[in-house]
Amino acid sequence: MTELLEVRNLSRTFLLADRGAEVRALDNVSLSIGEGEFVSILGPSGCGKSTLLEIIAGLSPADAGSILYRGVPISGPDRHRMMMFQDAALFPWLNVLDNVLFGLRFVSKLSAEEKQRRAEEFLTIVGLPDCAGRFIHELSGGMRQRVALARSLAPDPDILLMDEPFSALDAMTRELLYDDMQRIWQRTGKTIVMVTHNVREAVCLGSRVMLMEKHGWITLNEKITLPYPRSMNDASLATMAGSILPHMQRAKGVL
Amino acid sequence: MKQAVKKAALPLVLFAVFIAVWQAVCVKGGVSPILLPSPADTFAYLVSSTREGLLPEAVLVTLSRIFLGYTIAVLLGLLFGVLMHASTAFKSTVKPVALGLQTLPSICWAPLAILWFGQSEAAMYFVVIMGSVWAVCLSAEDSIRSVPALYIKAAKVMGAGKAELFKSVIIPAAMPGILSGAKLGWAFAWRSLMSAEIYILITEHAGLGQLLHFGRELNATDQVMAVMAVIIVIGFLSDRLIFVPIENRMRRVRG
Ligand SMILES: Nc1ncnc2c1ncn2[C@@H]1O[C@H](COP(=O)(O)OP(=O)(O)OP(=O)(O)O)[C@@H](O)[C@H]1O
Ligand SMILES: [Mg+2]
Repeated sequence: MTELLEVRNLSRTFLLADRGAEVRALDNVSLSIGEGEFVSILGPSGCGKSTLLEIIAGLSPADAGSILYRGVPISGPDRHRMMMFQDAALFPWLNVLDNVLFGLRFVSKLSAEEKQRRAEEFLTIVGLPDCAGRFIHELSGGMRQRVALARSLAPDPDILLMDEPFSALDAMTRELLYDDMQRIWQRTGKTIVMVTHNVREAVCLGSRVMLMEKHGWITLNEKITLPYPRSMNDASLATMAGSILPHMQRAKGVL
Repeated sequence: MKQAVKKAALPLVLFAVFIAVWQAVCVKGGVSPILLPSPADTFAYLVSSTREGLLPEAVLVTLSRIFLGYTIAVLLGLLFGVLMHASTAFKSTVKPVALGLQTLPSICWAPLAILWFGQSEAAMYFVVIMGSVWAVCLSAEDSIRSVPALYIKAAKVMGAGKAELFKSVIIPAAMPGILSGAKLGWAFAWRSLMSAEIYILITEHAGLGQLLHFGRELNATDQVMAVMAVIIVIGFLSDRLIFVPIENRMRRVRG
């Protein structure tokens, strides 16, 4: 059986402008992600998480190795592999609805009315049914990230890559989004890969948690079997997170 | 409401006092009308030249020159800005030239314009275009270059190709900068045209600048002052009627 996504022996080195110094961001990294999984990738700053996600998204090249998507090597971006960023990256010249419609622009099989309906449907799913006409500067940070989520999900991608999607939000907004994220994931059945610094967040959302260390090396890869929906304040979740935290702290010290 | 009236009333009163003092000086003071025409004489010139059709025609001639010359300058400037973005060779050749020529006061183009095109319309358009195209092109280049990389990544993962990326992301994202360049270009074009009309003498189709020039030759200071007033009003109104509404709309959308 082929996995949805396979990362094989991936390497990426950055040349720094400064005296030809090099950074080995990823060194021979391999991992695989199955259809419908929610994989949380934890790791200290600078270990190569964003680099990995951007290569999977096709935004950035690898020096060596390959990404197999349904068994086929990827070349460049594709709307079936959608990516979300720490900043919502919404377009401020468009209103909320038009931002969501932007993602649907490249889905050729839908008519204009279907796109409109789909955009409204996903705004409802992310909890913003009444904000279609608003401009981006009229939204809070949490609302922006919700719109970005609707924009990413509306074109019906197979896999959603999220690079620290909640880290710029306040704790309360974040907790609300954790609930919504679980609900949306279960409802849509998407495959999600989320990068985070927050161990509890990783355990709360992920069906699997990976710990990445320097050069992208995966040193921990654990299934989380706690039943959904999960609450951040749940005792068994805290225990689980507590068992991973020392690894994270060690990884931080090593880097 | 009352406050608004008060706010508008004070400058009006002061302005009226200023005009009255000016009129009194001219009537009582025995100042030569060649040095200082009275406001009444100046106004009389406005009325009579309007009735004869001389002034309205000059306004029309000047406006048609500014609109055509400016439109060409904006189109050329945008084209150059985009080409600089597309080709490094073009950029490294044209950008230093543009930076240099931008510092050249536009009146300096007039002698060359006359040598090349004679005392003609073409010479005037040449001065207007050379006076304003560089500001437009440099700010277009600058604002295209400063489009956040994140917008481009977001559009790419949604499936935007090169053309779509340019049309639907780069240009709208750069629009505020392009607009402020266009506004600067308008100010330059207006000043350039006035220099050109005063400097380049053609007998038919006299514009406002030519009326200024003839006013000086005839020692008709009332004409000079009246035409200056018209030039000021046009400069003021063009900003209010063209750029302020666009800027307001942009501010409403983007915050
Ligand atoms: N464009 C680049 N040019 C040079 N070096 C880069 C570039 N992008 C990333 N790097 C380097 O590659 C390494 C990995 O970067 P990456 O952004 O993937 O880390 P990260 O795990 O996402 O960190 P964080 O958690 O802080 O976001 C870092 O050492 C970084 O300095
Ligand atoms: Mg990162």
